[in-house]
Amino acid sequence: MIEAKNISKSFGDNLVLKNVSVKFEKGKSNLIIGQSGSGKTVLMKCLIGLFEVDKGNIYFDDRDFSQMSFNERKNIRKELGMLFQGGALFDSMTVEDNIMFPLTMYTDQTMEEKKERVNFCLDWVNLENANRLYPAELSGGMIKRVAIARAISMNPQYLFCDEPNSGLDPQTAGVIDELIQRLTQEFQMTTVVNTHDMNSVIKIGDTISFIYKGELWWEGDKEHIMDTDNKELNDFVFATELTKRLK
Amino acid sequence: MISRFGSYLFLMFKVFRKPDKLRVYRKQLILEIYNLGIESLGITAIISIFMGAVVAIQTAYNIDSPLIPLSMIGFTVRQSVILEFSPTIISLILAGKVGSRIASEIGTMRVTEQIDALDIMGINSSNFLIFPKVSAAILINPVLIIISMGFGLMGGYFVAIFTNLFSTHDYIIGVKSWFEAYTIFYAIMKTIVFAMLITSISGFEGYVVKGGAVEVGAASTRAVVWSSIMIILFNLILTQLLLS
Repeated sequence: MIEAKNISKSFGDNLVLKNVSVKFEKGKSNLIIGQSGSGKTVLMKCLIGLFEVDKGNIYFDDRDFSQMSFNERKNIRKELGMLFQGGALFDSMTVEDNIMFPLTMYTDQTMEEKKERVNFCLDWVNLENANRLYPAELSGGMIKRVAIARAISMNPQYLFCDEPNSGLDPQTAGVIDELIQRLTQEFQMTTVVNTHDMNSVIKIGDTISFIYKGELWWEGDKEHIMDTDNKELNDFVFATELTKRLK
Repeated sequence: MISRFGSYLFLMFKVFRKPDKLRVYRKQLILEIYNLGIESLGITAIISIFMGAVVAIQTAYNIDSPLIPLSMIGFTVRQSVILEFSPTIISLILAGKVGSRIASEIGTMRVTEQIDALDIMGINSSNFLIFPKVSAAILINPVLIIISMGFGLMGGYFVAIFTNLFSTHDYIIGVKSWFEAYTIFYAIMKTIVFAMLITSISGFEGYVVKGGAVEVGAASTRAVVWSSIMIILFNLILTQLLLS
Protein backbone atom coordinates (compact mmCIF):
# COMPACT_ATOMS: atom_id res chain seq x y z
CA MET A 1 0.00 0.00 0.00
CA ILE A 2 1.10 3.56 -0.71
CA GLU A 3 -0.13 6.38 1.47
CA ALA A 4 0.28 10.12 1.08
CA LYS A 5 -0.41 12.08 4.26
CA ASN A 6 -1.14 15.82 4.10
CA ILE A 7 1.25 16.52 1.26
CA SER A 8 1.64 20.00 -0.16
CA LYS A 9 3.77 21.16 -3.04
CA SER A 10 4.29 24.61 -4.48
CA PHE A 11 6.35 26.09 -7.28
CA GLY A 12 7.28 29.63 -6.30
CA ASP A 13 4.05 31.25 -5.16
CA ASN A 14 1.89 28.72 -6.95
CA LEU A 15 0.52 26.16 -4.48
CA VAL A 16 -0.15 23.15 -6.71
CA LEU A 17 -1.01 20.49 -4.13
CA LYS A 18 -2.95 21.47 -1.04
CA ASN A 19 -2.79 19.11 1.92
CA VAL A 20 -3.60 15.97 -0.07
CA SER A 21 -4.09 12.72 1.84
CA VAL A 22 -4.76 9.60 -0.18
CA LYS A 23 -4.26 5.82 0.02
CA PHE A 24 -3.50 3.45 -2.85
CA GLU A 25 -4.32 -0.17 -2.18
CA LYS A 26 -2.42 -3.33 -3.01
CA GLY A 27 -3.77 -5.55 -5.81
CA LYS A 28 -5.93 -2.72 -7.14
CA SER A 29 -5.71 -0.24 -9.99
CA ASN A 30 -5.79 3.09 -8.19
CA LEU A 31 -6.65 5.90 -10.57
CA ILE A 32 -5.86 9.57 -10.14
CA ILE A 33 -8.08 11.67 -12.38
CA GLY A 34 -8.49 15.37 -12.92
CA GLN A 35 -8.38 18.12 -15.50
CA SER A 36 -5.12 19.21 -17.09
CA GLY A 37 -3.36 21.48 -14.61
CA SER A 38 -5.27 20.11 -11.62
CA GLY A 39 -2.07 18.79 -10.00
CA LYS A 40 -2.42 15.06 -10.67
CA THR A 41 0.95 14.76 -12.45
CA VAL A 42 2.62 16.73 -9.65
CA LEU A 43 1.00 14.34 -7.15
CA MET A 44 2.40 11.35 -9.02
CA LYS A 45 5.86 12.93 -9.33
CA CYS A 46 5.81 13.61 -5.58
CA LEU A 47 4.85 9.99 -4.89
CA ILE A 48 7.79 8.65 -6.90
CA GLY A 49 10.25 11.23 -5.59
CA LEU A 50 10.83 13.22 -8.78
CA PHE A 51 9.53 16.23 -6.83
CA GLU A 52 10.23 16.75 -3.14
CA VAL A 53 7.13 17.57 -1.11
CA ASP A 54 7.11 20.83 0.86
CA LYS A 55 5.02 19.29 3.63
CA GLY A 56 3.61 15.89 4.52
CA ASN A 57 4.77 12.29 4.24
CA ILE A 58 4.67 9.49 1.70
CA TYR A 59 4.67 5.90 2.92
CA PHE A 60 5.42 2.77 0.92
CA ASP A 61 4.08 0.03 3.21
CA ASP A 62 4.88 2.08 6.31
CA ARG A 63 8.33 3.12 5.05
CA ASP A 64 8.53 6.91 5.05
CA PHE A 65 9.84 7.58 1.53
CA SER A 66 9.67 11.38 1.89
CA GLN A 67 12.20 11.41 4.74
CA MET A 68 14.75 9.14 3.05
CA SER A 69 18.05 10.17 1.44
CA PHE A 70 18.83 9.37 -2.22
CA ASN A 71 20.68 6.18 -1.25
CA GLU A 72 18.03 5.06 1.24
CA ARG A 73 15.38 5.46 -1.45
CA LYS A 74 17.25 3.07 -3.75
CA ASN A 75 15.77 0.02 -2.03
CA ILE A 76 12.24 1.26 -2.61
CA ARG A 77 13.05 2.32 -6.15
CA LYS A 78 14.10 -1.24 -6.96
CA GLU A 79 10.55 -2.28 -6.01
CA LEU A 80 9.00 0.37 -8.20
CA GLY A 81 8.15 0.36 -11.91
CA MET A 82 7.06 3.36 -13.92
CA LEU A 83 5.31 3.70 -17.25
CA PHE A 84 5.89 7.20 -18.61
CA GLN A 85 3.48 9.08 -20.85
CA GLY A 86 5.82 8.90 -23.85
CA GLY A 87 7.33 5.58 -22.88
CA ALA A 88 10.75 7.13 -22.05
CA LEU A 89 12.56 4.21 -23.66
CA PHE A 90 16.30 4.72 -24.10
CA ASP A 91 16.72 5.60 -27.80
CA SER A 92 20.21 4.20 -28.08
CA MET A 93 19.21 0.75 -26.82
CA THR A 94 17.24 -2.07 -28.40
CA VAL A 95 13.98 -3.28 -26.88
CA GLU A 96 15.91 -6.13 -25.23
CA ASP A 97 18.56 -3.80 -23.78
CA ASN A 98 15.88 -1.44 -22.50
CA ILE A 99 14.15 -4.21 -20.57
CA MET A 100 17.44 -5.71 -19.47
CA PHE A 101 18.80 -2.40 -18.21
CA PRO A 102 17.38 -2.49 -14.63
CA LEU A 103 18.47 -6.13 -14.34
CA THR A 104 22.03 -5.22 -15.42
CA MET A 105 22.16 -2.35 -12.95
CA TYR A 106 20.72 -4.12 -9.95
CA THR A 107 21.20 -7.86 -10.26
CA ASP A 108 24.09 -10.26 -10.79
CA GLN A 109 22.11 -12.41 -13.18
CA THR A 110 23.90 -14.09 -16.06
CA MET A 111 23.15 -12.97 -19.60
CA GLU A 112 21.09 -16.14 -20.11
CA GLU A 113 18.97 -15.41 -17.02
CA LYS A 114 18.48 -11.82 -18.06
CA LYS A 115 17.43 -12.83 -21.58
CA GLU A 116 14.97 -15.31 -20.12
CA ARG A 117 13.45 -12.56 -17.98
CA VAL A 118 13.31 -10.18 -20.96
CA ASN A 119 11.47 -12.77 -23.04
CA PHE A 120 9.09 -13.46 -20.15
CA CYS A 121 8.26 -9.74 -19.90
CA LEU A 122 7.87 -9.42 -23.67
CA ASP A 123 5.55 -12.44 -23.71
CA TRP A 124 3.50 -10.76 -21.04
CA VAL A 125 2.92 -7.71 -23.18
CA ASN A 126 2.39 -9.80 -26.34
CA LEU A 127 5.54 -8.59 -28.06
CA GLU A 128 7.46 -11.75 -28.83
CA ASN A 129 10.40 -11.38 -31.23
CA ALA A 130 10.68 -7.60 -30.83
CA ASN A 131 14.01 -7.96 -28.98
CA ARG A 132 16.26 -6.50 -31.68
CA LEU A 133 14.09 -3.50 -32.59
CA TYR A 134 14.96 0.06 -31.60
CA PRO A 135 12.35 2.42 -30.07
CA ALA A 136 12.32 4.47 -33.30
CA GLU A 137 11.04 1.38 -35.13
CA LEU A 138 8.05 0.86 -32.81
CA SER A 139 4.46 2.13 -33.03
CA GLY A 140 2.92 4.14 -30.16
CA GLY A 141 1.16 1.09 -28.73
CA MET A 142 4.31 -1.04 -28.97
CA ILE A 143 6.34 1.65 -27.18
CA LYS A 144 3.83 1.61 -24.30
CA ARG A 145 3.98 -2.19 -24.13
CA VAL A 146 7.80 -2.24 -24.12
CA ALA A 147 7.71 0.44 -21.42
CA ILE A 148 5.39 -1.81 -19.39
CA ALA A 149 7.76 -4.73 -19.97
CA ARG A 150 10.67 -2.62 -18.71
CA ALA A 151 8.63 -1.44 -15.73
CA ILE A 152 7.89 -5.02 -14.65
CA SER A 153 11.34 -6.49 -15.38
CA MET A 154 12.41 -6.17 -11.74
CA ASN A 155 9.13 -7.71 -10.57
CA PRO A 156 8.02 -4.50 -8.81
CA GLN A 157 5.59 -4.22 -5.93
CA TYR A 158 4.49 -0.76 -7.02
CA LEU A 159 3.57 0.26 -10.57
CA PHE A 160 3.04 3.87 -11.61
CA CYS A 161 1.51 4.74 -14.97
CA ASP A 162 1.40 8.32 -16.21
CA GLU A 163 -1.29 8.78 -18.86
CA PRO A 164 -0.81 5.25 -20.23
CA ASN A 165 -3.36 5.77 -23.02
CA SER A 166 -2.41 9.19 -24.30
CA GLY A 167 -1.91 9.25 -28.05
CA LEU A 168 -3.39 5.78 -28.57
CA ASP A 169 -6.49 4.73 -30.47
CA PRO A 170 -9.35 3.40 -28.28
CA GLN A 171 -8.67 -0.23 -29.20
CA THR A 172 -4.95 -0.09 -28.35
CA ALA A 173 -5.77 1.95 -25.24
CA GLY A 174 -8.09 -0.89 -24.19
CA VAL A 175 -5.25 -3.40 -24.63
CA ILE A 176 -2.96 -1.30 -22.41
CA ASP A 177 -5.71 -1.00 -19.76
CA GLU A 178 -6.20 -4.76 -19.77
CA LEU A 179 -2.47 -5.31 -19.42
CA ILE A 180 -2.29 -2.98 -16.43
CA GLN A 181 -5.30 -4.66 -14.84
CA ARG A 182 -3.93 -8.17 -15.39
CA LEU A 183 -0.47 -7.26 -14.04
CA THR A 184 -1.98 -5.63 -10.97
CA GLN A 185 -4.17 -8.60 -10.12
CA GLU A 186 -1.77 -11.40 -11.01
CA PHE A 187 1.32 -9.94 -9.28
CA GLN A 188 -0.67 -8.20 -6.52
CA MET A 189 1.00 -4.87 -7.21
CA THR A 190 -0.05 -1.49 -5.89
CA THR A 191 -0.80 0.26 -9.17
CA VAL A 192 -1.30 4.00 -9.46
CA VAL A 193 -2.58 5.27 -12.80
CA ASN A 194 -2.71 8.92 -13.71
CA THR A 195 -5.32 9.42 -16.42
CA HIS A 196 -8.11 11.54 -17.83
CA ASP A 197 -9.36 8.79 -20.12
CA MET A 198 -12.91 7.97 -19.04
CA ASN A 199 -12.74 4.56 -20.73
CA SER A 200 -9.91 3.60 -18.38
CA VAL A 201 -11.84 4.97 -15.43
CA ILE A 202 -14.85 2.79 -16.17
CA LYS A 203 -12.79 -0.24 -17.10
CA ILE A 204 -10.06 -0.48 -14.44
CA GLY A 205 -10.89 2.10 -11.78
CA ASP A 206 -10.85 -0.06 -8.62
CA THR A 207 -10.31 3.11 -6.63
CA ILE A 208 -10.55 6.61 -8.05
CA SER A 209 -9.18 9.85 -6.61
CA PHE A 210 -10.40 13.04 -8.27
CA ILE A 211 -8.01 15.96 -7.92
CA TYR A 212 -9.51 19.41 -8.39
CA LYS A 213 -7.42 22.59 -8.19
CA GLY A 214 -4.73 20.80 -6.17
CA GLU A 215 -7.13 19.26 -3.65
CA LEU A 216 -8.47 15.76 -3.25
CA TRP A 217 -12.07 16.51 -4.21
CA TRP A 218 -13.69 13.09 -4.42
CA GLU A 219 -12.81 9.44 -3.74
CA GLY A 220 -14.70 6.38 -4.89
CA ASP A 221 -14.65 3.64 -7.52
CA LYS A 222 -15.90 2.90 -11.04
CA GLU A 223 -19.27 1.75 -9.70
CA HIS A 224 -20.05 5.09 -8.09
CA ILE A 225 -18.41 7.68 -10.29
CA MET A 226 -21.30 7.87 -12.76
CA ASP A 227 -23.95 8.67 -10.17
CA THR A 228 -22.25 11.10 -7.86
CA ASP A 229 -23.76 14.52 -7.25
CA ASN A 230 -20.37 16.20 -6.96
CA LYS A 231 -20.68 19.08 -9.44
CA GLU A 232 -16.97 19.46 -10.30
CA LEU A 233 -16.60 15.72 -10.82
CA ASN A 234 -19.70 15.60 -12.99
CA ASP A 235 -18.38 18.50 -15.07
CA PHE A 236 -15.20 16.48 -15.62
CA VAL A 237 -16.80 13.08 -16.23
CA PHE A 238 -19.59 14.29 -18.51
CA ALA A 239 -17.52 16.75 -20.51
CA THR A 240 -17.64 14.82 -23.80
CA GLU A 241 -20.65 14.23 -26.05
CA LEU A 242 -20.29 10.48 -25.58
CA THR A 243 -20.44 10.57 -21.78
CA LYS A 244 -23.26 13.13 -21.89
CA ARG A 245 -25.33 10.72 -23.99
CA LEU A 246 -24.47 7.85 -21.66
CA LYS A 247 -25.85 9.86 -18.78
CA MET B 1 24.41 33.78 -13.67
CA ILE B 2 25.77 33.14 -10.16
CA SER B 3 22.88 30.77 -9.40
CA ARG B 4 23.57 28.96 -12.68
CA PHE B 5 27.22 28.57 -11.71
CA GLY B 6 26.06 27.25 -8.34
CA SER B 7 23.79 24.76 -10.12
CA TYR B 8 26.74 23.69 -12.29
CA LEU B 9 28.93 23.07 -9.22
CA PHE B 10 26.10 21.22 -7.48
CA LEU B 11 25.60 18.99 -10.51
CA MET B 12 29.35 18.31 -10.78
CA PHE B 13 29.30 17.27 -7.12
CA LYS B 14 26.79 14.57 -8.13
CA VAL B 15 28.64 13.69 -11.35
CA PHE B 16 32.02 12.98 -9.79
CA ARG B 17 30.96 9.97 -7.74
CA LYS B 18 31.79 6.29 -7.95
CA PRO B 19 29.63 4.80 -10.72
CA ASP B 20 26.76 2.53 -9.64
CA LYS B 21 28.09 -0.42 -11.60
CA LEU B 22 31.71 -0.44 -12.79
CA ARG B 23 31.09 -3.01 -15.55
CA VAL B 24 28.41 -0.78 -17.10
CA TYR B 25 30.64 2.27 -16.66
CA ARG B 26 33.55 0.58 -18.49
CA LYS B 27 31.24 -0.28 -21.39
CA GLN B 28 29.98 3.32 -21.58
CA LEU B 29 33.52 4.67 -21.33
CA ILE B 30 34.61 2.67 -24.38
CA LEU B 31 31.52 3.81 -26.28
CA GLU B 32 32.17 7.46 -25.40
CA ILE B 33 35.86 7.19 -26.35
CA TYR B 34 34.63 6.08 -29.74
CA ASN B 35 31.84 8.67 -30.03
CA LEU B 36 33.79 11.66 -28.74
CA GLY B 37 37.33 10.76 -29.76
CA ILE B 38 37.62 8.35 -32.66
CA GLU B 39 34.78 10.05 -34.54
CA SER B 40 36.61 13.39 -34.19
CA LEU B 41 39.81 12.03 -35.73
CA GLY B 42 38.90 13.05 -39.28
CA ILE B 43 38.12 16.70 -38.58
CA THR B 44 41.17 16.94 -36.28
CA ALA B 45 43.48 15.62 -39.00
CA ILE B 46 42.11 17.87 -41.74
CA ILE B 47 42.20 21.05 -39.66
CA SER B 48 45.68 20.26 -38.31
CA ILE B 49 47.24 19.68 -41.74
CA PHE B 50 45.88 22.97 -43.08
CA MET B 51 46.78 24.79 -39.87
CA GLY B 52 50.41 23.63 -40.06
CA ALA B 53 50.59 24.47 -43.76
CA VAL B 54 49.24 28.00 -43.24
CA VAL B 55 51.63 28.71 -40.35
CA ALA B 56 54.53 27.53 -42.53
CA ILE B 57 53.52 29.76 -45.48
CA GLN B 58 52.90 32.79 -43.24
CA THR B 59 56.25 32.35 -41.47
CA ALA B 60 58.05 32.00 -44.80
CA TYR B 61 56.28 35.14 -46.03
CA ASN B 62 57.46 37.10 -42.98
CA ILE B 63 61.09 36.02 -43.20
CA ASP B 64 62.55 38.61 -45.54
CA SER B 65 66.01 38.97 -44.00
CA PRO B 66 68.78 36.70 -45.32
CA LEU B 67 70.20 36.69 -41.78
CA ILE B 68 67.31 34.57 -40.53
CA PRO B 69 67.82 30.91 -41.47
CA LEU B 70 64.92 29.18 -43.25
CA SER B 71 65.03 26.46 -40.59
CA MET B 72 63.21 29.00 -38.42
CA ILE B 73 60.06 28.09 -40.38
CA GLY B 74 60.09 24.53 -39.07
CA PHE B 75 60.86 25.79 -35.57
CA THR B 76 57.99 28.31 -35.69
CA VAL B 77 55.52 25.75 -37.02
CA ARG B 78 56.47 23.28 -34.28
CA GLN B 79 56.23 25.85 -31.48
CA SER B 80 52.94 27.30 -32.74
CA VAL B 81 51.36 23.90 -33.25
CA ILE B 82 52.47 22.42 -29.91
CA LEU B 83 51.95 25.47 -27.73
CA GLU B 84 48.75 26.89 -29.12
CA PHE B 85 47.18 25.61 -32.30
CA SER B 86 46.75 21.94 -31.43
CA PRO B 87 45.63 22.21 -27.79
CA THR B 88 43.55 25.39 -28.08
CA ILE B 89 42.22 25.56 -31.63
CA ILE B 90 41.44 21.85 -31.82
CA SER B 91 39.76 22.06 -28.39
CA LEU B 92 37.66 24.95 -29.68
CA ILE B 93 36.69 22.85 -32.70
CA LEU B 94 35.85 19.95 -30.38
CA ALA B 95 33.79 22.30 -28.21
CA GLY B 96 31.62 22.84 -31.28
CA LYS B 97 31.46 19.25 -32.43
CA VAL B 98 31.44 17.33 -29.15
CA GLY B 99 29.80 20.02 -27.01
CA SER B 100 26.72 20.35 -29.20
CA ARG B 101 26.44 16.57 -29.44
CA ILE B 102 26.55 16.08 -25.67
CA ALA B 103 24.12 18.91 -24.89
CA SER B 104 21.58 17.84 -27.50
CA GLU B 105 21.84 14.14 -26.58
CA ILE B 106 21.35 14.71 -22.86
CA GLY B 107 18.83 17.51 -23.45
CA THR B 108 16.69 15.25 -25.63
CA MET B 109 16.87 12.56 -22.96
CA ARG B 110 15.63 15.15 -20.45
CA VAL B 111 12.65 16.35 -22.50
CA THR B 112 11.60 12.79 -23.41
CA GLU B 113 11.66 11.78 -19.71
CA GLN B 114 14.51 9.28 -20.21
CA ILE B 115 16.46 10.97 -17.40
CA ASP B 116 13.37 10.75 -15.17
CA ALA B 117 13.24 7.04 -16.00
CA LEU B 118 16.84 6.65 -14.78
CA ASP B 119 16.05 8.61 -11.61
CA ILE B 120 13.00 6.44 -10.92
CA MET B 121 15.20 3.36 -11.16
CA GLY B 122 17.37 4.85 -8.41
CA ILE B 123 20.30 5.50 -10.72
CA ASN B 124 22.38 8.66 -10.25
CA SER B 125 21.47 9.92 -13.72
CA SER B 126 23.98 12.79 -13.79
CA ASN B 127 26.82 10.43 -12.91
CA PHE B 128 25.54 7.78 -15.32
CA LEU B 129 25.26 10.18 -18.27
CA ILE B 130 27.97 12.79 -17.76
CA PHE B 131 30.82 11.04 -15.94
CA PRO B 132 31.68 8.58 -18.77
CA LYS B 133 31.76 11.49 -21.22
CA VAL B 134 34.07 13.57 -19.01
CA SER B 135 36.43 10.68 -18.34
CA ALA B 136 36.42 9.59 -21.99
CA ALA B 137 37.33 13.11 -23.12
CA ILE B 138 40.09 13.36 -20.50
CA LEU B 139 41.56 10.12 -21.83
CA ILE B 140 41.10 10.56 -25.57
CA ASN B 141 41.53 14.31 -26.13
CA PRO B 142 45.27 14.32 -25.28
CA VAL B 143 45.68 11.50 -27.82
CA LEU B 144 43.78 13.56 -30.40
CA ILE B 145 45.96 16.58 -29.67
CA ILE B 146 49.20 14.58 -30.04
CA ILE B 147 47.87 13.26 -33.37
CA SER B 148 46.92 16.83 -34.31
CA MET B 149 50.51 17.97 -33.59
CA GLY B 150 51.80 15.27 -35.93
CA PHE B 151 49.40 16.30 -38.70
CA GLY B 152 50.20 19.99 -38.12
CA LEU B 153 53.92 19.34 -38.62
CA MET B 154 53.08 17.26 -41.69
CA GLY B 155 51.14 20.23 -43.09
CA GLY B 156 54.29 22.36 -42.93
CA TYR B 157 56.28 19.55 -44.53
CA PHE B 158 53.81 19.36 -47.44
CA VAL B 159 54.34 23.11 -48.06
CA ALA B 160 58.07 22.41 -48.35
CA ILE B 161 57.37 19.61 -50.86
CA PHE B 162 54.84 21.42 -53.02
CA THR B 163 56.27 24.99 -53.02
CA ASN B 164 59.67 26.60 -53.44
CA LEU B 165 59.39 28.62 -50.24
CA PHE B 166 61.85 26.45 -48.28
CA SER B 167 63.35 22.97 -48.50
CA THR B 168 62.28 19.88 -46.59
CA HIS B 169 65.81 19.72 -45.19
CA ASP B 170 65.55 23.23 -43.68
CA TYR B 171 62.09 22.43 -42.37
CA ILE B 172 63.14 19.23 -40.59
CA ILE B 173 66.20 20.88 -39.05
CA GLY B 174 63.92 23.62 -37.73
CA VAL B 175 61.39 21.15 -36.34
CA LYS B 176 64.16 19.35 -34.44
CA SER B 177 65.83 22.52 -33.08
CA TRP B 178 65.64 23.58 -29.43
CA PHE B 179 62.93 21.11 -28.54
CA GLU B 180 61.72 21.13 -24.93
CA ALA B 181 59.62 18.19 -23.76
CA TYR B 182 57.93 20.51 -21.25
CA THR B 183 55.96 22.14 -24.09
CA ILE B 184 54.24 18.80 -24.72
CA PHE B 185 53.41 18.50 -21.01
CA TYR B 186 52.01 22.05 -21.10
CA ALA B 187 49.86 21.22 -24.14
CA ILE B 188 48.53 18.03 -22.58
CA MET B 189 47.70 19.77 -19.29
CA LYS B 190 45.76 22.41 -21.20
CA THR B 191 43.98 19.74 -23.24
CA ILE B 192 42.89 17.84 -20.13
CA VAL B 193 41.44 20.98 -18.56
CA PHE B 194 39.71 21.93 -21.83
CA ALA B 195 38.29 18.39 -22.16
CA MET B 196 36.80 18.68 -18.67
CA LEU B 197 35.34 22.08 -19.45
CA ILE B 198 33.79 21.03 -22.77
CA THR B 199 32.14 17.86 -21.46
CA SER B 200 31.04 19.14 -18.06
CA ILE B 201 29.59 22.43 -19.38
CA SER B 202 27.82 20.67 -22.26
CA GLY B 203 26.58 17.93 -19.95
CA PHE B 204 25.23 20.54 -17.55
CA GLU B 205 23.48 22.53 -20.29
CA GLY B 206 21.79 19.37 -21.57
CA TYR B 207 20.90 18.06 -18.14
CA VAL B 208 19.07 21.19 -16.97
CA VAL B 209 16.97 21.67 -20.13
CA LYS B 210 13.29 22.36 -19.56
CA GLY B 211 10.81 22.40 -22.42
CA GLY B 212 11.08 20.92 -25.91
CA ALA B 213 13.03 20.94 -29.15
CA VAL B 214 13.61 24.72 -29.16
CA GLU B 215 15.11 24.62 -25.67
CA VAL B 216 17.33 21.66 -26.60
CA GLY B 217 18.64 23.68 -29.55
CA ALA B 218 19.25 26.69 -27.31
CA ALA B 219 21.05 24.50 -24.76
CA SER B 220 23.25 23.13 -27.50
CA THR B 221 24.21 26.65 -28.57
CA ARG B 222 24.84 27.72 -24.96
CA ALA B 223 27.05 24.66 -24.47
CA VAL B 224 29.26 25.62 -27.41
CA VAL B 225 29.40 29.31 -26.48
CA TRP B 226 30.22 28.76 -22.81
CA SER B 227 32.71 25.98 -23.51
CA SER B 228 34.51 28.22 -25.99
CA ILE B 229 34.57 31.19 -23.62
CA MET B 230 35.89 29.03 -20.78
CA ILE B 231 38.56 27.50 -23.04
CA ILE B 232 39.81 30.98 -23.96
CA LEU B 233 39.76 32.10 -20.32
CA PHE B 234 41.50 29.00 -18.98
CA ASN B 235 44.00 29.16 -21.83
CA LEU B 236 45.18 32.48 -20.46
CA ILE B 237 45.18 31.30 -16.84
CA LEU B 238 47.04 28.05 -17.60
CA THR B 239 49.56 29.78 -19.84
CA GLN B 240 50.31 32.25 -17.09
CA LEU B 241 50.60 29.45 -14.51
CA LEU B 242 52.61 26.96 -16.56
CA LEU B 243 54.81 29.10 -18.79
CA SER B 244 55.59 32.27 -16.89
